Amino acid sequence: MTTITLAKGVNMGLRAAMEADPKVLVMGEDVGKLGGVFRVTDGLQKDFGEDRVIDTPLAESGIIGTAIGLALRGYRPVCEIQFDGFVYPAFDQIVSQLAKMRARALGKISLPVVVRIPVGGGIGAVEHHSESNEAYFAHTAGLRVVACSNPVDAYFMTQQAIASDDPVILYEPKRRYWEKADLDESLTLEQAAPLHSARVLREGTDATVIAYGPMVKTAMDAATAAAEEGRELEVVDLRSMSPLDTETIEASARKTGRVVVVHEAPGFLGMGAELAARLTERCFFSLEAPVLRVTGFDTPYPPSRVEEEYLPDLDRILDAVDRSLSY
Amino acid sequence: MTDTAAGFSQAPAATTPRWRGDEPELVQLLTPEGERVEHPTYASDIPDDELRGLYRDLVLVRRVDSEATALQRQGELGIWASLLGQEAAQVGSGRAMAEDDYAFPTYREHGVAWCRGVDPLNLLGLFRGVNHGGWDPNEKNFHLYTIVIGAQTLHATGYAMGMQKDGAESAVLAYFGDGATSQGDVNEAFIYASVFNAPVVFFCQNNQWAISEPIEKQTRIPLYQRARGFGFPGVRVDGNDVLAVLAVTRAALQNAREGNGPTLVEAYTYRMGAHTTSDDPTRYRLTAELESWKLKDPIERVKAYLVRTGKADQAFFDALATEADELAAHVRTGCLEMPDPGPLSIFDHVYADQHPLVEEEREQFAAYLETFEPTDAAAGAAGGH
Repeated sequence: MTTITLAKGVNMGLRAAMEADPKVLVMGEDVGKLGGVFRVTDGLQKDFGEDRVIDTPLAESGIIGTAIGLALRGYRPVCEIQFDGFVYPAFDQIVSQLAKMRARALGKISLPVVVRIPVGGGIGAVEHHSESNEAYFAHTAGLRVVACSNPVDAYFMTQQAIASDDPVILYEPKRRYWEKADLDESLTLEQAAPLHSARVLREGTDATVIAYGPMVKTAMDAATAAAEEGRELEVVDLRSMSPLDTETIEASARKTGRVVVVHEAPGFLGMGAELAARLTERCFFSLEAPVLRVTGFDTPYPPSRVEEEYLPDLDRILDAVDRSLSY
Repeated sequence: MTDTAAGFSQAPAATTPRWRGDEPELVQLLTPEGERVEHPTYASDIPDDELRGLYRDLVLVRRVDSEATALQRQGELGIWASLLGQEAAQVGSGRAMAEDDYAFPTYREHGVAWCRGVDPLNLLGLFRGVNHGGWDPNEKNFHLYTIVIGAQTLHATGYAMGMQKDGAESAVLAYFGDGATSQGDVNEAFIYASVFNAPVVFFCQNNQWAISEPIEKQTRIPLYQRARGFGFPGVRVDGNDVLAVLAVTRAALQNAREGNGPTLVEAYTYRMGAHTTSDDPTRYRLTAELESWKLKDPIERVKAYLVRTGKADQAFFDALATEADELAAHVRTGCLEMPDPGPLSIFDHVYADQHPLVEEEREQFAAYLETFEPTDAAAGAAGGH
C-alpha cells in the first residue's frame, strides 16, 4: 500500500501508460519542466523526454487539433487543458472533429485521444477557472466522458481512458487533487472497476444520492451527517457521464425509491436533468418522490468570495433529502 | 484640424486594396499562351510522357467535375463544390506528392483525390448524402474531406509531427483556401508547424473568393507573405500553371522531408464556377473578371504547348476524349447505383468500443420500424435503392 494524492494518482497512471506503450504522449501547456500548474505531469518530461511530454504553444484548439493528427498517425495523445474554462477555444476540434471523425470514416479509423480537464470550483480562483462543462461533452456523440473522485480511481481511470480506442474526456476534480488514499499497487488494470461503471460507495435504504467528481466527497460527508440523525443514505459515484451505467443507478433508485442528484454544474439541462428523466422513464413505479437536483445555479460562476454559496454543500444535500422524504 | 486627423484623412480607405494579383514574384513556368519560360529557382525538366500525364489528369479531373455538376442539376447530388479553374493547382500539387506523403483536403480537392488514386465515386457519396466521406484515409494517404474551414490544417500539422517522431522521410500537404487564412486554426497550425519544425507544406489555393467575399476582406498583404511572420518561407505560384505548381510543391515537400520545416505555398488561381451549386456568383462579382481569367485557363495553355512542340498528336487527344467520356459514364452510373444507407446504419461506427446508449437506441428504433407493415418503399430504404 502506498498513500497517494489524487494528483499523484493521475501522475502514476500517466507514467504506467507511458511505460507500457511508447505511442502514449502527454501534451499541453506547461506540462514539461513545470509539471503542469497542478503538478500532475511532474517528472514525466525528465523521464520520457521532450519528444513524449510536449510543451505546446498556448493555443487549445491547436492542442486538440494536432493531437488528432498524431492519433491518425498511430499515437495516443493525452492532452491537458490547463483549466476547465480554457477548453472552449478547442470546442470545434473536440465536438466537430475529434468526436465525429470515426463515424465520418465509417469506422475505418479510431482516435484514441484523452482530454484531461481539471474541473470545478472551490479553490478561490479568478473567473474561468472553476467551471463544470461536462454536459456539453456528454451531449456529444462520439465522446466518452468520465470523472474521477478519488486517488485510486484517478490512477486506474487515467490508464483506462488512455487504453480506450475512443476519445475520452477525463475530468479531474481540482479541489480534490490533494485528497489522499491508499493505493494497492499490486492491483492490475483488469482488476479495477470498468471505466464506465458507477460504484455504490455507501449502502443505504432511505434515499440515493448520486454524485461524481468533486461532489462525491460532499455526498459522502452528507451521508455521514444523515446517519447521525438515523437516516441511511446510499451514495453512488456515477464516475461515467457518457455512457451511463444505468444498471447500477436504476438498481439503487428501485431500492431506495428516492434519488437526489448532486453536481456543481448549473442544473438546467445538466447531468441531473438527464438522470431524472431516465430514472423516471425506467423506475416510475418504484419512485416515492420526484428525482431532485442539488446543483450550481443557472448563473455565471460567481466571484470566489461567494463561491461557497454557489457550490452544493452538505446542508443543501440534506435539505434535498428532507424534501424527498417529505413526499 | 489636428495633424493626426489630417494624417488619417490622407490614409487609404480601409476598403482600398493595397495590391492586386499579377505581381512579379509569381512563379511561372508556362504562360497562359503556352510558352515555356524559365525561372531562376524552379526548373521544369519533366519528360514528355509525364507532361502528357499531367494534361490527362487535368482533362479527366475537369470531366469528373462537370459530370458531378450535371448530376447535381439533375437532382442526383444534394450539392457539389466545383473545382473548375483550379485543376492545375490541384493536379500540380497532387502529383508532387510521394507515395508516403499524406494529404489533408478541404471539400474541393477532387483533383488531389484523383492524383492519390481515390475513386471519384467516394467523393460523390458525401455530396449525394449517403455518407460523410467514408473512405479509408490511410488507404491512399488522403484524409477525409473537412467541411469546417481550416480545421484540417491542425490535423495535418499533428500528423506531420507524428511523421517527425517516427523518423519518416515523408511530408504532409495541408490544403485550404484564401478564406481559411482568417481562421484561428490555420494560424495556430502555422505556429505549431513552425515551432516544432514539422514536415508540412501549407498549400493555399487563393481562388480570390470566399463564397461572396473577395480576398480584400481576408487580408491586407499577399497571403504568401504571412509565412514570414510565422518564421518559415512563403512562395506565390501561378496556380493555373501546372508545371510551376508541380515544381514549387515538389521543392517545398522535399525541403520538409529533409527536416527544414514548413513552407506556405500560395497558388494564385481563380474559382471559375460558383462556390457550390447552391451559390449565385452573379450577385457579387463582375463578368469581366471571369472573362479575364478565362484567358488564363490551366488546361488550354498545356494543350497549346503540347501541340506547338509536337509533344502530343491528335491520336493522343482523341484517345483522351474517349477516356474522359468513359470516366464520366463510370461516375454517372456509379452515382445512380449508389445505395441509400439503411436506417439502422445511423447507429454504426459512432464508437470503436461498445456503447450502451447507442446500442439501446438502435434496438428500440429497429423494434419500432418492425411495427410497420412492409411496403415497397420501406423495403427499398432498408435494402438499397
